[in-house]
Parts: sequence; C-alpha cells; structure tokens
Amino acid sequence: MVSMSKIATGNGHGENSPYFEGWKAYETNPFHPIDRPDGVIQMGLAENQLCFEFIKKWLMEHPEASVCTSEGVGRFKETALFQDYHGMPEFRQAVAKFMGKVRGDRVKFDPERIVMSGGATGAHETVAFCLADPGEALLLPTPYYPGFDRDLRWRTGVELVPVICESCNNFQITRNALEAAYEKAGEDGLRVKGLLITNPSNPLGTIMDRDTLKSIVRFVNEKNIHLIGDEIYAATVFKSPEFVSISEVIEEVECDRDLIHIVYSLSKDMGFPGFRVGIIYSYNDAVMNCARKMSSYGLVSSQTQHLIATMLNDHDFVDDFIVESREQLFKRHEYFTWSLSQVGIGSLKGNGGLFIWMDLRKLLKDNTFEGEMDLWRVIINEVKLNVSPGSSFHCHEPGWFRVCFANMDDNTMEVALSRIRAFILKNNESIVPRKLCRRSSLKLSLSRSLSRRIDDFMSPTGIMSPHSPLPQSPLVRART
Amino acid sequence: MGLLSRKVTCNSHGQDSSYFLGWQEYEKNPYDEVKNPKGIIQMGLAENQLCFDLLESWLAKNPEAACFKRDGQSLFKELALFQDYHGLPAFKQALVDFMAEIRGNKVTFDTNNIVLTAGATSANETLMFCLAEKGEAFLLPTPYYPGFDRDLKWRTGAEIVPIVCTSSNGFQITESALEEAYQEAQRKNLRVKGLLVTNPSNPLGTTIKRNELDLLINFITVKEIHLISDEIYSGTVFSSPEFISIMEVLKDRKMDKSQEWERVHVVYSLSKDLGLPGFRVGAIYSNDPIVVAAATKMSSFGLVSSQTQFLLSAMLSDKKFTKEYLSKNHKRLRKRRSKLVSGLEKTGISCLDSNAGLFCWVDMRHLLSSDTFEAEMELWKRIVYDVKLNISPGSSCHCTEPGWFHVCFANMSEETLKLAMQRLKSFVASITINKQSHQELMNTRRKNRTNWVFRLSFQSFHDREQDER
Repeated sequence: MVSMSKIATGNGHGENSPYFEGWKAYETNPFHPIDRPDGVIQMGLAENQLCFEFIKKWLMEHPEASVCTSEGVGRFKETALFQDYHGMPEFRQAVAKFMGKVRGDRVKFDPERIVMSGGATGAHETVAFCLADPGEALLLPTPYYPGFDRDLRWRTGVELVPVICESCNNFQITRNALEAAYEKAGEDGLRVKGLLITNPSNPLGTIMDRDTLKSIVRFVNEKNIHLIGDEIYAATVFKSPEFVSISEVIEEVECDRDLIHIVYSLSKDMGFPGFRVGIIYSYNDAVMNCARKMSSYGLVSSQTQHLIATMLNDHDFVDDFIVESREQLFKRHEYFTWSLSQVGIGSLKGNGGLFIWMDLRKLLKDNTFEGEMDLWRVIINEVKLNVSPGSSFHCHEPGWFRVCFANMDDNTMEVALSRIRAFILKNNESIVPRKLCRRSSLKLSLSRSLSRRIDDFMSPTGIMSPHSPLPQSPLVRART
Repeated sequence: MGLLSRKVTCNSHGQDSSYFLGWQEYEKNPYDEVKNPKGIIQMGLAENQLCFDLLESWLAKNPEAACFKRDGQSLFKELALFQDYHGLPAFKQALVDFMAEIRGNKVTFDTNNIVLTAGATSANETLMFCLAEKGEAFLLPTPYYPGFDRDLKWRTGAEIVPIVCTSSNGFQITESALEEAYQEAQRKNLRVKGLLVTNPSNPLGTTIKRNELDLLINFITVKEIHLISDEIYSGTVFSSPEFISIMEVLKDRKMDKSQEWERVHVVYSLSKDLGLPGFRVGAIYSNDPIVVAAATKMSSFGLVSSQTQFLLSAMLSDKKFTKEYLSKNHKRLRKRRSKLVSGLEKTGISCLDSNAGLFCWVDMRHLLSSDTFEAEMELWKRIVYDVKLNISPGSSCHCTEPGWFHVCFANMSEETLKLAMQRLKSFVASITINKQSHQELMNTRRKNRTNWVFRLSFQSFHDREQDER
C-alpha cells in the first residue's frame, strides 16, 4: 500500500506544540459576554482589532476600492484576469510607500522589489526555500514565534539553531550569543545560511536598538550569511524608542546588500490577516527573482490587491491611520500593564507588538518547564484565559508567558483582568505589593480601591484621566 | 554574495521553456486594437473572457456582496480577521455544490474533504508535497500543461515520467503506454507514487472517455498508487461526450468503500470555469482524511483571501445564477471554438476534435520543413515573430510528435480572433507560394544542369525531359 510523503505524515507542521493546545481549549469553550460568560478568553492570538471602525469609515467613503460596487466594477474584468506574479503596479507602489511611512520616511522602498506571498507565513517559507537547502540551518534568537518551526522547516528541510537570549539583559541579542549559536551549529555539522530576527519582537514586544542592529549587520557580513528581518510589527510601535529598521541600518554600516531580506505583511499593522497580504523585500536580485516565481504558490488575490492599493494610496488616510493605531495600542498597552502591576505582575518593558511578555516566574511552584506547564494549565482551565507559555516560544527560562491585548474589546479585557486579579488574590497574596496590601483582611478593600482607580482611568472621554497614576505619553498630551 | 539554495540557481522553475519565451515576446509588443494593431496577438493564454457580462450583471444585482455586507450588517471586521485554514464554511459549501452541479449532480462532495488553496498552482504543488518526495515520481500523459514541470517538481523534488500518447489514436491513454511509463520510471530508479491526469485535457481540449478512466482506475488498483485528477476545466465542456469525473466512475463501480477511493484526489479552481484567475481560488478534494489534514495545514502557505471567499460564496450560492452561467458559458465556448476551427480549415489546417477547454490542439505538421522539433521551433518562431501570434509549440507541452500547437480562443474578442485567422491565412498562403516557387526553382535548376549535361551529349533527352516537367 503506497504511503504518503514523510512531510505529510510527520510532525513538522508543529501543531502539537502547546501554543496550539491552548487554542483548542479556547475553541471548545470560547468566551462570549452573553452566551458564554465563563468561556475561555483568547489571549493567545496576536491580532490587531483596535482600528476597525477607523478603517470601516474609510471603506464607506470609498466604494471604488471594491471592484464589485457600481463605482468600481469598471475595473472588475481586468482585475479578475490579473494573475501576473509581478503584482499590480499600483499595489506595489502603495505597499512600498506604506512601508516607508511606517519608518518615518527615513528610508524609501522600491516598488519594483516588492514581491507578494501568501501572508508572512508564505513569505518565510519562500525565503527559506531561496536561501537554504535541506539540511542547512538558520539562526533564530529565542524566544521566537512558534510558527517559525513550521514555516521555515517543514517543507524546506531547513534546520533552526537557537540564539539564546536571557532575561538578565532583557532578552537582548548579544554578540556572544550569536557566536555561540554559530559555533554550535558548526559542531553539529550544520552549515549556517542565515540569521532571522523579528523586529519588533514577537513575543517580547520590544524593538532592537540601533547598536544591536549594527552589530547584527556586522556579524552577518563577517560570516557571509544572510539576514532576514521580519518587520511585520513595524507599525505597532506605540511609544519611544522609535522603531529602527534594517533598511535604515544598512545605510549606516558597510554591508553586502545581497545578504539582506525583509519580510513584511499587513496582518498585524493593519489587522488584515484574512486578506493574506505578505511581502518579501529582498535587496538581492537573484532572491527577488526566484521569490517572485515562487509567489505563484501564494499570490495575493487581485481583488485584495485592488482594495489595498486604493486604501494605501490614500496618503492622508495612511498618515491618520498610523497615528490612530499607535494611540489605541498605547492606551490599551499602558492600561493593561498598569492593571497587572497593581496585582504584582510584571512584564518585560515593551513598546511595540500586540502582546506583553508577562513575568510569572514568582508563581511557579518549581522553577522548571514542568512547573511552567502546570501553571499554564491552571491559567487555561481555572482562570480561563488562553495565554501562551514561554516554552512554546523556545524561551530558555521557565515562567514567561505571552499575553495578547489587542484582539478584544474593552469589556472583554476588563473581564480578563478581573479574572487575573481574582486568581492572584486567591492564590498568592504575598506577591501583591506591600504598599497596597499588608494583611489578607485588606483583600476586599483592596479590590474596591482597585475598581475606583479603574473608574478614574476609564473617564467618559475614553482618554487617560489626569488623575491616572500612569505618566502621560507625549502622544496623548499632543492629542488632548 | 552569500550562497543561495539550489532552487534559485537551477532551472526547474521551468521558465526558460519556450512556453514562457513566447509570452515574453508578446509582452514586448502586445496587440491592441487601437494602440498597437500590428502587435502580437496572445493566443497562448488559456483565459475565459467570454462571460464577464454575466458576472458583472450579477454584481450589479448583489451590491451587498461587494461591500462586505450581509443582511445590512457589515462583516468587514470578521472577514479581515478570518484566517482559519479550514476556510469560510459558506464558501466551501457553495463551492462543493457548484462542483456537483458541473457534474450533473451525479456525484456530491463533502465540505470536510475540501481544502482551499491559492489557485490550482498551489493545489497541485501541495498535493505533491503530500504524496511524493525526492526519488519518487508521478506519471503524466503527454502532452501536458507546461506549468506542471514547475508546480509538481521544483520545490518538492519529485519527478515526472511521461505516459506517451500519440496522434495515432487521438492522444488517448493506452494500457501499454501506462505500463511503458511505469517501466521507464523503474529504469530511472524512481518509485512511482501515482498518476496525474488533466480532465478535460489541457492542451488537447478533450474529455477523457469512460474506458480510459476505467483503465486508469484498474492501473492504480494493481500498482497501488495514487491518482490525481485535475478537473479545472470541468465547467468548460461544451459538447458531447459529456464530462465524466473520476469520482463518478468510482461511484458507478461501487468503489466508494475501497482502498482506491482514498487514493483518488481531485484538483479544482475557478480560474478557467469562471474566468477569475486573479482571485486565486483553488481546491484539493480528497477522500483520504490524512491527505486532507496535511493539505489543510499546508494551505497556510497560500490561503484564499477571505474577501474573495466571501464574494464567491454569495455568487456561487445563487443557484439561479450558476445554472444560467454554466449554460451560457458552454454555448459561447462552443460557438467561439467553431469560429477558430472554421478559420483554420479555410487555411487548410485541422485540429484535434475537441469538446472542452479554452483552446484547440492544432495540427500544423504539414507546414513543417521536416518532421523534427527543430522544424517545429522554426515554424513557431516565424508564427510569433512574423505572423505575430503567440501560440504554444507542442514540444513545450512534451508532445512526442512535432507539428502540434496549442492555440487559445477564449481570451480575445471575436474581431481579434478573425484578425488572427487572417494573418495565419496570409502566412500559410505565402509559405505555400514559396514552397511552390521553390519547387519550380529546384526543377528549373535541375533542368538547366541536365541541359548542360545533355547539350554536351544527347539533344533528344533534353527534349523529352521538358515534355515530362
């Protein structure tokens, strides 16, 4: 009886990881404010849901963005027939311009270098196919997005070698860590073809500073290996320090541009994961041409190309969107991290992304990954929140969890926060900061005082109250 | 420069083939009725442009689908966020219903067995990733769609071994051809994992007959291998014999509980039947849950845009529309094909008798200077550069006999087709005149030489020869 391929029957798809287990728990019992108020709240999905009203308003004012409306149907036939893997020129121009704006117009992107892919998922796989043969390796700083195990390895046969990053320096990438990983790969008989960095980082929610990026660029040039910069969260940087892109750094440091490739997408920055808009931007002509041929396997629907081209070629809309998005993310992030800090839960100080890297090391019964899994199961089954355990991101230290905050409305977030509070207060009052709670009998008054602070915060105008304990960001000050 | 993978540096992407070179020439000098009336007419692109009026009229009557709305409610947010690789349930249902309707509802399809992919290009590659790997091969009847060389082999590492079909029996698949291909694979040390057939066939434009389908099923049963049936042209069958899907044959043979049932997989797409290649809507249909599960995960690399799924779920759920569309599509294709065929006949060129597809398989063997592929290339270059028609030479489709050409008829207006036929007629007439005058010239030369010889000897021989010419 003939078999299927090893790829199909193996576990290379990576879906047996706990990252996905939590999703399954959510899917069997999803939270709904009315129908399932005790359901699991999804905090494991890095979606950006904060700007839909803003975008919908634009759509209503621009029916021509759809080739199916009476205003747009004049373009229907040519759009429906357009399957050229170069992509629509206006789409490429719009995306190139958007990428530039997101980087404060400090760099320009060439529309002729824009190559489409089936989301960033398709982009990563394609880049891996172009840069490495089966059995060769890519270096990846930990912790990293679990999907990479599938996207970079599954059908390509490429290996991943972790670059260990640690909490002692806030998980920054060090030269030593890079060298150690490179050496280890050599010892294991693996030929390293490249380094992939995600900046802003998933799951950390931090950006890399200029010096770190320069050091990375020097490293890849010395070793003559590729550098893949996954910058899909570029527009989600909501407070300083400002985002610095690889595309800027290569202007400042001597660099062989044939080594440099950027992966981009509209799934996070705009909140459009369903539209499958992935982009490969390579400075290497051979890679660009090959990736373009491979894009046949995941072209962006021309219907969607037209929509995105119309939207992103509206530069006023884009400018307003970038500001609005940052503001919404900032507000949500600040409130969420503040609320957690009130019950003694810290997180890595971050300024981008759609999630926080939450520090629950103090709650571990054992400082081991088993201890982390135990805690995680409690969070899923008792607290009913789907958060993602650090081990699923290949974090080197147990006790860290990624928690998404931009994929829900305010009410759901309040429910999530109240569950967290209840859990902490019930189980571990010792971790509550001394200034807020000296004795267990203060528990009740504590929760009352917390609610009062929350009311202060959530003023009718929806902006931060002047009485808020949080420092106000320049962004908020500028608006009010 | 850092080293790249072998995939970048080799040419298994297949784009150096003549199939694509013709396109490149076309792109440098494309015909336009007004702006470039002397440009190259594209007849190498299997697009269906005959029914856009029907699509546009549906859109005008269904404005909600255009604006992400249903029953007055905006679904924009839900759709923008929808990235579930299981696909939009309403779209999958509409798609399987449409597939059943095309097959006269003689077979039905289960939404649990369908996987959505970014076009048939992605579907074929994904299936290959699931079923074969390096050192393994699929058997394909020739001639076949040139894109398969890229889609099935490039990144998967799998090989294709041809099942040679010839004009002696209208290019039908025979048992001996199947067996010979299987042996050839063994000789090359390749493990055969399956067959892939295109039904209706590209480039032949014919539907596979029931006895051939039976043959295929018998073959995969004996060899215990897979069968992929690429049925992307199933909605373009415009005259008899009726389209018979491989699923129908399995059902008729009561094989729906057999092992073979799980080894037969269908590929579909809306690029040809509905004329929407830009929207990237493909599908894999399999009765094997392991294939479905693996292919579903792989579809992450090329999902169908939720915006497109939503639009098409509304369109294909409109059964009144689909009925009218399929019927008119058939009529118009039949009419357009007959225009091409009669145009060619006037030029003394015949085609394989076909009942489907967006193209004809044209016999220009009599126009070749010799029965070789060099002569075919020579003729093809003249047709592209001098006659200014981009048609595809049979060698690019791996045909084993020189002189056949793939000519599309549904991707242009009737006027453009007429012009193309006129150009071809003039060209053929000029070759014929040239051939005649060439022949005359050859005869005159021979005569003069003989004259010269016999002038030296016998005057009477010369007189006789002149009479015989």
